[in-house]
Amino acid sequence: MSAATVVQVRVPARSAASELRAIKILWQRDLIRYFSDKLRIFTSLIQPALLLFVLGTGLSQLTSNSIDGVNLRTYFYPGILAMAVMFTSVVSAASVVWDREFGFLREMLVAPVRRSSIVIGKCLGGATVAGTQGLIMLALAGPAGVPYAPTLILAVFGLQLLLTFTLSAFALIVAARVREMQTFMALTQTLLMPMFFLSGAMYPVTGLPTWLTVLNRVDPLTYAVDPMRRVVFNHLDISVETRHRLDPGVTWAGWHVPTLVEAALILAIGLVLLGGAVAEFSRSD
Amino acid sequence: MDGPAVSVSGLVRRYGEVEAVRGIDLSIDADETFGFLGPNGAGKSTTINILCTLIKPTAGSARVAGHDVVRERDEVRRNIGLVFQDTTLDAYLTAERNLRLHAELYGMPRNTIDSRLRHVLDMVGLWDRRSSKVSTFSGGMKRRLEIARGLMHSPRVLFLDEPTIGLDPQTRASIWSYIRELRAREHITIFMTTHYMDEAEYCDRIAIIDQGRIIALDTPQALKASIGKDRVQIHTEDDAVAIAALGALFGITAAMSEGVVMFAVEEGEQFVPKLFSDFPVAIRSVNVARPSLDDVFMSYTGTTIRDAETSQVDPVPAGSALFGREARR
Repeated sequence: MSAATVVQVRVPARSAASELRAIKILWQRDLIRYFSDKLRIFTSLIQPALLLFVLGTGLSQLTSNSIDGVNLRTYFYPGILAMAVMFTSVVSAASVVWDREFGFLREMLVAPVRRSSIVIGKCLGGATVAGTQGLIMLALAGPAGVPYAPTLILAVFGLQLLLTFTLSAFALIVAARVREMQTFMALTQTLLMPMFFLSGAMYPVTGLPTWLTVLNRVDPLTYAVDPMRRVVFNHLDISVETRHRLDPGVTWAGWHVPTLVEAALILAIGLVLLGGAVAEFSRSD
Repeated sequence: MDGPAVSVSGLVRRYGEVEAVRGIDLSIDADETFGFLGPNGAGKSTTINILCTLIKPTAGSARVAGHDVVRERDEVRRNIGLVFQDTTLDAYLTAERNLRLHAELYGMPRNTIDSRLRHVLDMVGLWDRRSSKVSTFSGGMKRRLEIARGLMHSPRVLFLDEPTIGLDPQTRASIWSYIRELRAREHITIFMTTHYMDEAEYCDRIAIIDQGRIIALDTPQALKASIGKDRVQIHTEDDAVAIAALGALFGITAAMSEGVVMFAVEEGEQFVPKLFSDFPVAIRSVNVARPSLDDVFMSYTGTTIRDAETSQVDPVPAGSALFGREARR
């Protein structure tokens, strides 16, 4: 090839379209990496499946197999749906820590794109991967004693996406600050476990001692688990009393927080965290 | 290209109390290959990171491809290609995917991507391996792929930060043949850092940097000629006595370097017989050499580049908070 035939490229000025291309390619990169790692898909399903089938079935022994006719597996199911996306979103964001370790982060940071595009691309990538995980858990509705109703699947999936978006943004903030993988994992697990246990994913949230009630209401995860349980219980054939006992709903000073308010709350927290993540990545020095 | 490809004036970068770069001025012409030569910790990486918009200068200014590195960051980024010391490839993706990802990040016109991809992969001899995952590549192949990627978007200035560090001599030579070929084929300014003196010889001009300052800047030939002296190394029975004797008998300042007594003298071959006539210490061996860039470095800093490296500990991380491996430690 002679010098005359060399293709010279002019990189055009930055535009909304070029930012979208950057977001899209970073999103795709996360998907390619996730779907080429079968082991990762498998391992991230183990924990929720364990909780659902082992803990759910085991604990059923204590409650003569059901509480007011509701199997404990069924009761745990909404919490497990939330849990499945929780851990996956955080593991996805951990890729930023790896990217720094293996240098790829630099390639992204010196590209002529906004830092917000990088963060949004990463966040969408993590959310999509976690959403896929959520869909797989939704497929286990049958064994958990929950009907495969299209409205249920759509509503739960929507809530899962919302939750995973917010958690991805949160994990990205941590990833921007933390340099070591061990630290990242230790830190996120330390934060996620209490959030999960406080959220009411494993128990009804009324009639708790005051300290636990306060912690529960402060925990953002509560407002993702509660609507998921409401959606699932809407499709169960149970008495009003049982429903009231097992799915009391979250209250603020006696006021039942509606599903839409809860969803809006998760979205708002997610947007604030995303803004925080962009700010973290924009710090130049 | 109008004006210089890179122009720097009064550049300073401070990390707390430490001044990594202490006032650098330079101007690099379009299509020039410019070498930045100095020991680790001299300020090379800090300067290159400023020019690449990765860190901000504390004082002074720099323009790359006609754009200010602080105020017109995106303009600069579109016009530069980067090859860092540490790999920045995604090892889980194939070579081709890495380049396509780069093309998308840089917003390259879609109709140019395929031909450009073929061109840069051909140039570094990796077209046949385009579908292999980068994790299967050797160190030299990765470096070649990084060079190809840095060239994907036809940058006007290509920054090579220690392009051959950590590679075996054969691979180093092959990387250099690609760089020379690149200079012949594309109109491109190359700004490289190195601490291999022999590699600096390939540059049109070099700047020797030590402790954050440029201490010499010229063509390699002119720098060597400026010394006008040959380098003499002698191995003696008693080096301390030999150094004292050189001073007393000939007025020569000699120093220990890499285990031998070393000094510079005009017309070295004629000096050696004089040295043997009445020297108080037995001389085991003598080596006379024409000045090399090592000697240039020695004459400006009073130490060889290797000695400078072993005695100097990098005072500051080369990257900034987000930028990678150095910053982590």
